[in-house]
Amino acid sequence: MTHRRVEVPVIARVEGEGALHITARDHEIVDLRLEIYEPPRFFEAFLRGRAYHEVPDIVPRICGICPVAYQMSAIHGFEELFDVRVPEGVRELRRLLYCGEWIESHVLHVFLLAAPDFLGYHSAIEMAKDHPDLVRTAIAIKRVGNDVMELIGGREIHPVSPRVGGFSRAPRRRELEALLPRLEQALERMPGIADLVGSLERPSLPRRAELVAMVHPEEYPMNEGTMASTEGRRWTFAEYETVTRELHVEHSNALHSVIAETGTPYHTGPLARLNLNADHLTPVARECLRRAGLSLPDLDPFSSMAARVVETALAIEEAIRLIRAYEPPDPPMAEVVPRAGRATWATEAPRGTLYHRYDVAEDGTILEAKIVPPTSQNLRHMEEDLRTFVPGVLDRSDEELTRLCEMVVRNYDPCISCATHFLRLDLRRL
Amino acid sequence: MTAPTKPRVAVFKMASCDGCQLQILDAEDALLELAGAIEIVHFAEASSDLRPGPYDITLVEGSISTPEQEAQIREIREASKVLITIGACATAGGIQALRNATGRLEEFVRTVYPTPAYVRSLEDSRPVADYVPVDLELTGCPIDRGELLRAIASLLAGARPRVSTSPVCVECKRRGTVCVVVARGEPCLGPVTRTGCGAICPRFGRGCYGCFGPAQAPGNAEALGRRFIELGLRPKEAADRFRFITGWAPAFREAAARLEEVER
Repeated sequence: MTHRRVEVPVIARVEGEGALHITARDHEIVDLRLEIYEPPRFFEAFLRGRAYHEVPDIVPRICGICPVAYQMSAIHGFEELFDVRVPEGVRELRRLLYCGEWIESHVLHVFLLAAPDFLGYHSAIEMAKDHPDLVRTAIAIKRVGNDVMELIGGREIHPVSPRVGGFSRAPRRRELEALLPRLEQALERMPGIADLVGSLERPSLPRRAELVAMVHPEEYPMNEGTMASTEGRRWTFAEYETVTRELHVEHSNALHSVIAETGTPYHTGPLARLNLNADHLTPVARECLRRAGLSLPDLDPFSSMAARVVETALAIEEAIRLIRAYEPPDPPMAEVVPRAGRATWATEAPRGTLYHRYDVAEDGTILEAKIVPPTSQNLRHMEEDLRTFVPGVLDRSDEELTRLCEMVVRNYDPCISCATHFLRLDLRRL
Repeated sequence: MTAPTKPRVAVFKMASCDGCQLQILDAEDALLELAGAIEIVHFAEASSDLRPGPYDITLVEGSISTPEQEAQIREIREASKVLITIGACATAGGIQALRNATGRLEEFVRTVYPTPAYVRSLEDSRPVADYVPVDLELTGCPIDRGELLRAIASLLAGARPRVSTSPVCVECKRRGTVCVVVARGEPCLGPVTRTGCGAICPRFGRGCYGCFGPAQAPGNAEALGRRFIELGLRPKEAADRFRFITGWAPAFREAAARLEEVER
């Protein structure tokens, strides 16, 4: 028997630290573990004893890539518990801010993190030498997403204006309107980008999977809605912790989520949202769906990149609509009077559903906090996908196999600092 | 004749949210230009091509929070000519330093993780400079892109980088921003916090919450805390204003401790 041990240093271009261990004999996986060694930071512990109004400044520090998601899940939860009625216009401004984050995060992932895989480069910087126009287009689209966030939030990483009750400051109409020409240009480029993504040769992974996302009767979900799955499950935010369950596995500092009733993993993120919310696609997004070659339902995780392109178009169209209709909320913030109880809420972060729960004392002090990020909900499914996928490609070279495993993980756009940075592939062929 | 070699730059991450590294990626245009002047040889978030040292300039994000990181930062220091720490985590331990000096790590682990035995963590989350000599610290949560790019440009020109040490208040006066303490009685850390952000919070109608850490000439953080108590905060609330994003920075840590004594 030949025993071969190969160390391939790094799955890069994911956010957070981890390693993948595979032991294989012929065409069978003997052992496969996705190990997360992102150091624990204990947010849920040190949130206790802090005031509710400090939470929107604390939780975005969990992830620099989706700070708005963390702020929104917390803020909405407190507002529901405290029965706060936000001033007219706040809801729209929040959706606009979230659109900025979707654009920025999706474009970062599609072009800077994932596209180099498909085109055979180590990084977008390297890719830029051969495809300067593509990289410049991506940067321009990402920039306008960042600018939406900066204009509303003061800065794109850890925005300062979102508060429980509204915003500390609302932008003027003219400030937002100045973004319209660049948003319109970005939208014009999207169908061409969808063509490009549709033309890329991509692996496929036929599988059975339960996809989970928020749904909303009138719009593509971001801040509001209820939970749904492709297996017909429906639940409210208050039921989140009874319908799903977190497991602690020895090889990971991130917890794994499963559906409580069946013990099976689920997949949250753009592909799940798209499958469950196709009725609410905007016109250009719908065109991108077609041109990227997607037809729904589509459970193949390798379709995730195309789903992000569709959602980028949607977020740009929504941003344009919201800016055209914008009336600045005045005042930008409602008065907030805390009360004791339990706040539960979820919103749709770019990489999936982000659930928060806070138990709050009468004076608004946090007694207990629970945060379930999309990446930890997806971890078990990443392992599952790898188990399904790897046996079929074990005859490839170590280098090629590493690249393919990276792509399987990257389909989930894992923000591993919220759960785990690089993935080291440790492959043993027995 | 061989072409002059470009300075080799590396980016590493410890315990953090990735936000400061993202500031590098968000400097898209500048990054592509800079890519002509430097060679990024290790940046895991951006590239799968990771090369070993030695490095001319190394940027480190994140705090030292596990035994492995303690060993890793010593290796990184060995391999680096110039070591720059970026962000509140790398320069002050970050918000995760809220666990420091509580004596409650074990209980914290139990609160977050069902199986505490699986988790390895140092008692404290500490700045990089507590373990190895650091050549330049860029504070902020996140760092300011302009400050980072100017620091790298200075190094490339062979000059010593300079960062502003004046407080946020100076920035507000320069910009003509209305003072949130004077106008609205809102607690603001602007008088004692280093500027660098451009005084974003006061411009957005709220008090500064200290992302850039204590200013070099901080005035008196404790006195500011006492002013917060006059404005209506309980001593614990006043202390918590300092015990926050950069709470483990000595000036803020001491102010918080003294204000807590008032509570008792």
